[in-house]
Amino acid sequence: MKTRNSILFLVLGALAVLLFLLDLAVGSVSIPVRQIVAALFGGDCPEDVSNIVLNVRLIKAVVALLAGAALGVCGLQMQTFFRNPLAGPYVLGISSGASLGVALYVLGAPIVGLPAVFMSLGVAGAAWIGAALVLVLIAAVSHRVKDIMVILILGMMFSSGIGAVVQILQYLSRDEALKSYVVWTMGSLSDVTGVQMWILVPAVVAGLVISIGTIKPLNLLLFGPEYARSMGLNVGRTRSLLFLTATLLVGTVTAFCGPIGFIGLAIPHVTRMLTGNSDHRVLMPATMLSGAAILTACDIISKALVLPVNAITALLGIPIVMWVVLKNSRTFAS
Amino acid sequence: MITLLNFTIGYGQRILLQDVNAEIADGRLTALIGRNGTGKSTLLRAIAGMNRQYTGEILINGTAIAAMSHEQMARTISIVTTERIRIGGLNCRDVVAAGRAPYTNWIGRLTAADRRAVYEALDAVGMREYADRTIDRMSDGECQRVMIARALAQDTPVILLDEPTSFLDMPTRYELCTLLHDLAAGSGKCILFSTHELDIALNICDSVALIDPPGLTVQPSVEMARSEQLRRLFSLPGKSTEFLSGIM
Repeated sequence: MKTRNSILFLVLGALAVLLFLLDLAVGSVSIPVRQIVAALFGGDCPEDVSNIVLNVRLIKAVVALLAGAALGVCGLQMQTFFRNPLAGPYVLGISSGASLGVALYVLGAPIVGLPAVFMSLGVAGAAWIGAALVLVLIAAVSHRVKDIMVILILGMMFSSGIGAVVQILQYLSRDEALKSYVVWTMGSLSDVTGVQMWILVPAVVAGLVISIGTIKPLNLLLFGPEYARSMGLNVGRTRSLLFLTATLLVGTVTAFCGPIGFIGLAIPHVTRMLTGNSDHRVLMPATMLSGAAILTACDIISKALVLPVNAITALLGIPIVMWVVLKNSRTFAS
Repeated sequence: MITLLNFTIGYGQRILLQDVNAEIADGRLTALIGRNGTGKSTLLRAIAGMNRQYTGEILINGTAIAAMSHEQMARTISIVTTERIRIGGLNCRDVVAAGRAPYTNWIGRLTAADRRAVYEALDAVGMREYADRTIDRMSDGECQRVMIARALAQDTPVILLDEPTSFLDMPTRYELCTLLHDLAAGSGKCILFSTHELDIALNICDSVALIDPPGLTVQPSVEMARSEQLRRLFSLPGKSTEFLSGIM
């Protein structure tokens, strides 16, 4: 078991690094890997090439790594916390909440002239507030309703409701605001600028570090909240911690990359299949690595085909989600 | 030892237990019996700290549970609920190791002593060979044993079990209760479990706690077997209590 895990971590780590380098190489201008390595480590390399690598592609690749890890970890936490294989940041409406925040910021603020305080929050602040509000609502509902299916359905209804509000905002908006919003919804890892990196990287890294602290609580939560409490877990505090990380991870990623669907739900399942283990001491780091690798791969494909990354993640993620649904219906039936 | 002082519990207007004063002793297996809906689970959940909507006090070895921290509770009381735990990809060793949570560090690293406790618990329920099997591929009886091992690994003076014998066939029920009896006698723990099996309660257990709404009577099972109270509560109207005498 131990050796199997070590090998798995090695393979996943190597895969992530390889895809990261490949992500740097793929783009509208083809750059040989040798020059990329030179640009990264200060070797012999033309200035314009090193500019592209360091200022454009490096940022994008780092964003892909972090966003993949972030969405995967959030999906894993939600699946364990709600004890449902179909929970994930997108399904529960956390991404939608963040989207609503961004929509109000990009589209709504110009229409109704929101106060300057709101504008100064920036896209990230708006997304955090949106994500946090949805999580508070989920917490309030799950406190009263114990049936997880009800919560998932409410989450989906919630997403649809937010979608409708966003459509109204779009309808009322001016062309420029609309265009920048629509581009954002397609999910783009490339629109992140160097300045935004200063918010994205610390916020996501903080979220990932806190999530390492939730490994033991998550292992206890596998048994359900009551058993977890009987084994000494402060369930209320753990829930707050999980919701804080979800806000940081999903809010930030959604703010800068748009709503990236299904990856957060699919990555933990792929990881469970690879590890064959439910212990979060293995699952958590493995999810980070596989999430980083998978979203980087999606980014490479989206660049190669010149398509929005959102479409790629959906096309790759949805079959996995369907497989999970079918697998579960079989287990429940037998 | 579990002590109930002026203990009253119910749901909304409905009172299940009122002004109960009772003691459940260490080193004994005590069966909690009562008709459906008389509050067996409610009482167990209250003792485990899962239901705090009661008045009066619950003391464990003299300390009120209301005054205990999460960690203290976890080192004092372990519980096996009616919930069937089927976690894919988690082997029995991991399940039992979860019981060590109150003693492990922030990431749940098991020390040599923790690992020893896990294997001792698996040995106690006779499930050592199953350590590497995953919990989702075991029978109800095996699963129940593993969950009991988890409670043992938690190393608490009090163990509560909510209807551990339901879903089990007759021989497995007897085996399990004999196991619990031996554990209580051997370790000096206070083990309290709810059940509908009068024969098991009277024949295998040391004591019986009988809910006679809204009261609770705790007696050694030998005395309980002769009790009129039991006959009154568990006889069919208009029928003789003959069926009870077979098991008493």
